[in-house]
Amino acid sequence: MGSVERAEPFYRESQPTTGTMGMLLFILTEAALFASLIVSYFFLRFRATALWPPEGIEAPDLLLPSVMTVILLSSSIPMHIADAGIRRGSRGRLRVGLLCSFVLGTTFLVLQAFEYSESLRQFTPQTNAYGSLFFLITGFHGAHVLGALLLNLWVQIQAGRGFYHGERHATVRNVALYWHFVDAVWIAIFSSLYLAAA
Amino acid sequence: MATTVARRMERAWAEPRTWRTWLTTVDHKRIGVRYLVTAFTFFVLGGLEALIIRAQLALPDGRLVGPEAFNQLFSMHGITMIFLFITPMLSGFGNFLIPLMVGARDMAFPRLNAFGYWVFLASGVFMYGGLLFGVAPNNGWFNYAPLSGRAFTPGLNIEFYVLGLIFLGISTTAGAINFIVTILKLRAPGMTIARMPLFCWALLAASFSIVLALPPLTAGNIMLLVERRFGFHFFSGPGGDPVLWQHLFWIFGHPDVYIIFLPAVGIVSSVIPVFSRRPMVAYTWVALATVATAVIGFGVWVHHMFAVGLPQISMGLFAAASMIITIPSGVQVFAWIATVLGGRPRLRTPLLFCLAFVVVFVIGGVTGVMFASIPFDQQVTDSYFVVAHLHYVLFGGAVFPVFAGLYHWVPKITGRLLNESWGRWSFWLIFVGFNVTFFPMHIAGLLGMPRRVWTWPEGLGWDPYNLLATVGAFVLAAGILVTAVNIVVSRRRGEAAGDDPWGGDTLEWAVGSPPPEYDFAVIPDVRDRHPNWDREARLRDAERAVGRTPVPAEGHRTVATTVLDAEPSEILEMPHESGWPLLVTAALALIFVGFLTEAELAVAAVGTILFLVGVGGWHLRTDAPETAR
Amino acid sequence: DERNADPPSRVTRRLGVAVGFLAPVLFVTCRGDQSALDPASPEARDVATLWWVLFAISAVVVAVVTMLVLVASLRRPRALQRGWGGMGLVVVGGVIVPFLILVVVFVITVATLPSVSAPPRGEARVTVDVIGRQFWWEVRYPDPGFVTANEIHIPTDTPVELRVRSRDVIHSLWVPRLSRKIDMIPGRTNRILIRADAPGVYRGQCAEFCGLAHAQMAFLVIAETPDRFAGWVSAQAGDAAAPVEDGAAQGQEVFLSSSCVACHTIRGTEATAAVGPDLTHLAGRRWLGAGTVPNTRGNLGGWIVDPQRIKPGNRMPPTSLSGPELQALLDYLETLE
Ligand code: HEA
Ligand code: HEA
Ligand code: HEC
Ligand code: CUA
Ligand SMILES: [Cu+2]
Repeated sequence: MGSVERAEPFYRESQPTTGTMGMLLFILTEAALFASLIVSYFFLRFRATALWPPEGIEAPDLLLPSVMTVILLSSSIPMHIADAGIRRGSRGRLRVGLLCSFVLGTTFLVLQAFEYSESLRQFTPQTNAYGSLFFLITGFHGAHVLGALLLNLWVQIQAGRGFYHGERHATVRNVALYWHFVDAVWIAIFSSLYLAAA
Repeated sequence: MATTVARRMERAWAEPRTWRTWLTTVDHKRIGVRYLVTAFTFFVLGGLEALIIRAQLALPDGRLVGPEAFNQLFSMHGITMIFLFITPMLSGFGNFLIPLMVGARDMAFPRLNAFGYWVFLASGVFMYGGLLFGVAPNNGWFNYAPLSGRAFTPGLNIEFYVLGLIFLGISTTAGAINFIVTILKLRAPGMTIARMPLFCWALLAASFSIVLALPPLTAGNIMLLVERRFGFHFFSGPGGDPVLWQHLFWIFGHPDVYIIFLPAVGIVSSVIPVFSRRPMVAYTWVALATVATAVIGFGVWVHHMFAVGLPQISMGLFAAASMIITIPSGVQVFAWIATVLGGRPRLRTPLLFCLAFVVVFVIGGVTGVMFASIPFDQQVTDSYFVVAHLHYVLFGGAVFPVFAGLYHWVPKITGRLLNESWGRWSFWLIFVGFNVTFFPMHIAGLLGMPRRVWTWPEGLGWDPYNLLATVGAFVLAAGILVTAVNIVVSRRRGEAAGDDPWGGDTLEWAVGSPPPEYDFAVIPDVRDRHPNWDREARLRDAERAVGRTPVPAEGHRTVATTVLDAEPSEILEMPHESGWPLLVTAALALIFVGFLTEAELAVAAVGTILFLVGVGGWHLRTDAPETAR
Repeated sequence: DERNADPPSRVTRRLGVAVGFLAPVLFVTCRGDQSALDPASPEARDVATLWWVLFAISAVVVAVVTMLVLVASLRRPRALQRGWGGMGLVVVGGVIVPFLILVVVFVITVATLPSVSAPPRGEARVTVDVIGRQFWWEVRYPDPGFVTANEIHIPTDTPVELRVRSRDVIHSLWVPRLSRKIDMIPGRTNRILIRADAPGVYRGQCAEFCGLAHAQMAFLVIAETPDRFAGWVSAQAGDAAAPVEDGAAQGQEVFLSSSCVACHTIRGTEATAAVGPDLTHLAGRRWLGAGTVPNTRGNLGGWIVDPQRIKPGNRMPPTSLSGPELQALLDYLETLE
């Protein structure tokens, strides 16, 4: 049946594949989920007539979160290199890029754990709505980073088996999209929960 | 090539009919039928709950059931009808029909499709599990805080609601993404976006609404879950506010009613032209109206909260938006009427249901516009007037079209025509029963009867309306029963339907009834909005199918095309049967059941591992065909 | 194809029957204790007028659509000339006419809004705080400062401001003959204005689902002439009279020595709890259990022994008392005018 394919040369690089379109839609619905949480945050914040953060809780310290932001955002660069690399057939760039972004993502999570241990000294999720929102939103994002790390690992393993090459890289593209999304959401969270509350 | 194309396709696509493929099938037609059957079963359950409700409320001081049972019954009735019946019922039509209508051989993601069905089934069983143990949701379908909090509802009732809906949401989202990609990417070459059947437009718009509207509900449910389970505060306690729940729910809830309504009117726009024997009037306007309804539907949610005490300015804006949304509905109503007027109608059962739909939907629509008038809404909100509106638009606006759809497409699904005179009996019983049930509720509401009351006292003038409603409900049930029996009996005894009993214009009528597993031996090429009326092209396809010359995208494949112009862009290798969707569903079910216990985190951990294994297994196999370029 | 066609006459007949059946149901009595169509205040009248206008507009829309549907389906096939596009109908019927109607609807909506708005500060001459409780109504008169339950007394022809709140879950206060409904939400205070043209008793009911006894959470608004209202206020402001007769005195003993004190207040005694309704002037109230049963001796006895039978799910537990104890208690409670 090879002749059929040659007779009809399908596949246009300019068109998103069905898989990529599916991933974009998944990202859209996830974005709406984060938007709902952040809107809830502002809703309760503006309902609170008194201080924000409430009595007894200090405004968030920006230093560590800023470092985390830089780390997470910069992890998108090696991810992009990996994605662009395999499109040009470079397995090396794919693997190194994935590894670098993996390390950066993991560092982010470790720092977040460290930040939590600091915050928990002042308030817990049970203290008040501020604490609940803070831990729910950042925790939910952290879980997404973890998910993205697992996807990264998956691609790394597959890459180790020599699975991807210049003609087969759709999964890499989809995982990279998800990775960038998780990074981008952090910008929204950082601006609302940290910058706007500091 | 010794055999014909059709033969070869048959070999490539056949799923052996064993118990194994019963669990692993990814055929959109089998899955679609499952959706239809399962959803209809939930319809009967939700209907039986309604009958108990009506029996209880027939006479003053009814004591058939007590308040606890009643609260679970009306909550499960609403939840069942909205989430487990009408939405999946319409997905069932979509699943069966969309690939056929666009000229593809399956949905874009067949295994995701199977997964969506399993999750739907599991979450429905999950929620009904609560009813078996007497702890079903008991706080209504919108589950307002703080009554949903642990302080006021300590039992597992609310967990069944919260977890059940998060779980079901996975299915609905997966289905919506699948519909969008199928409709945008798998249309046969030549079926440009402006030639797409209106049913596809409807599903496309509804699916985008799902993708954007479900997350607020899920977010609210996650917040409620951790509030109940781990003592967080969002809707009560320091800094919490119960009104936040209302916003989150209705930002979902209003788009949701259009998520239900749009596919239903998509059915109407498919049936009316066929039975009027002419193309739909104002196709472009109707398509745009569909999209406009979905978009404006995101801007009206506060009309469910007019009695909350919000600022008048903001209420005014939402009232205006609620009125504007009438216009797209008006366009559609008059386009249907014009189509029948300008056609040569055949008054068969499907058309009867559509015509009755137009009338009862308009009655429901105008009471909706009355609600948009803030002072009137503040008078009748939370009364039986709202119950009347919601059934006129949900039953009248969506269930009537579902019945039209059944009479229209069951012959395609089973290959047998339904009995026409039974169909008429069913129609008249449903039409009369429906109006006798729900029309009097308007009056009861105006006379001051609140909704969600398990009993009511005499002497307030409500008696005749409640009694009428109860009588009507049983007539209605009889009408539904007639159709159910009709479908079962005609499967065996019905007249053979043939490929195209009605002279339909869309592509599902170009294939056999029931359609072959591969749907289309030759991917059709489409030249206008009515591909099945394009006899020349369809004859050519048929000839090629029985010929021996290879055709494009032969084998276990289908063709992807560009989003707007439907030019071929890719050949997709389609996945075969798979057990992973079922395994992943089981893993998720384990996690959700775990949350009913005290050991939720431990069970969740096990479930998550199982989930990762399942997803891994699933993708090990997807990656293989990526070579296809 | 023609085998599919149905002779129009049969269908007409059936449709005629259906329509004929519905019409009379529509125009029936609007009267009733709780009827929004039997308004008894200027505000409620405005809303009722709004309803009748909306109803008239809607009836025309529905009639036109129904007629068109009937014409479209019952005329002989092929009656309309070929080539009729139908776009005109869609544009006029679906866009232009609805738009004009909606402008009218919007204008009358905005014009009616003032009638349902919170009263401007200073306009009301009487202020009452109503607090929703599962499943009864705590009613406080800040001036002169007393508490009662399940009955709101107002002077006729006087704008009264209700400030509504909730102590537990969301309830909604609704007296259809006097005004719109207003939600009672924990953590918020909402205000509406009510007023009554004439003396009378206006029934109201909780409209937001609030749990087991939501169906039996009613109350009365009692409008009296300003004189009688003033008399009522001064009587309510006083403490309960000390029991004079033996039986009643014994009954007070019973009350104060059983669980009742843990939940109820009777001003002038040691009972000061606020879990349940204030009983200081219980005997003056018309109904028991938030509008569930009339306040008779028999019902009162039945309520005390087993409130759950009369109003399942309410928050008062049954009490076991001996026959004589119960009779004495009833003697006492009946003195609480
Ligand atoms: C399929 C579902 C569906 C549909 C299509 C609609 C359609 C509409 N609904 Fe309805 N609605 C519900 C399902 C639906 N609704 C449900 C389930 C509830 C209750 C939820 C609950 O509390 O449990 C509800 C409640 C509800 C409320 C809140 C009531 C309350 O609780 O106080 C409001 C308020 O504005 C409202 C408005 C509208 C409007 C303006 C439309 C419009 O879209 C209608 C537009 C259509 C027409 C008007 C008819 C066709 C038009 C013409 C023929 C043109 C000419 C007409 C005019 C100029 C009037 N709806
Ligand atoms: C698509 C949605 C849908 C549908 C189809 C229905 C259908 C019906 N509904 Fe319901 N309803 C809702 C959605 C729907 N409802 C919602 C969202 C609410 C609000 C819930 C809330 O407040 O939270 C509600 C609330 C509601 C109430 C108000 C409850 C209250 O406020 O206390 C009532 C009361 O009469 C009612 C009645 C009915 C009746 C009689 C039917 C009938 O049409 C049902 C007819 C169907 C059958 C009877 C089943 C089929 C029967 C057979 C096949 C025969 C019998 C079978 C065997 C012999 C095996 N519904
Ligand atoms: C645990 C708390 C509790 C105890 C103990 C209790 N009550 Fe009550 N009572 C309530 C509540 C709550 C209500 C309101 C019930 C409702 O209408 O929903 C009520 C209502 C009443 C009413 C009706 C008031 C009205 O205006 O409708 C009477 C009378 C009454 N109680 C008397 C008594 C007597 C007498 C006792 C002791 C024998 C008693 N109660 C013990 C909580 C209590
Ligand atoms: Cu209080 Cu319903
Ligand atoms: Cu709405």
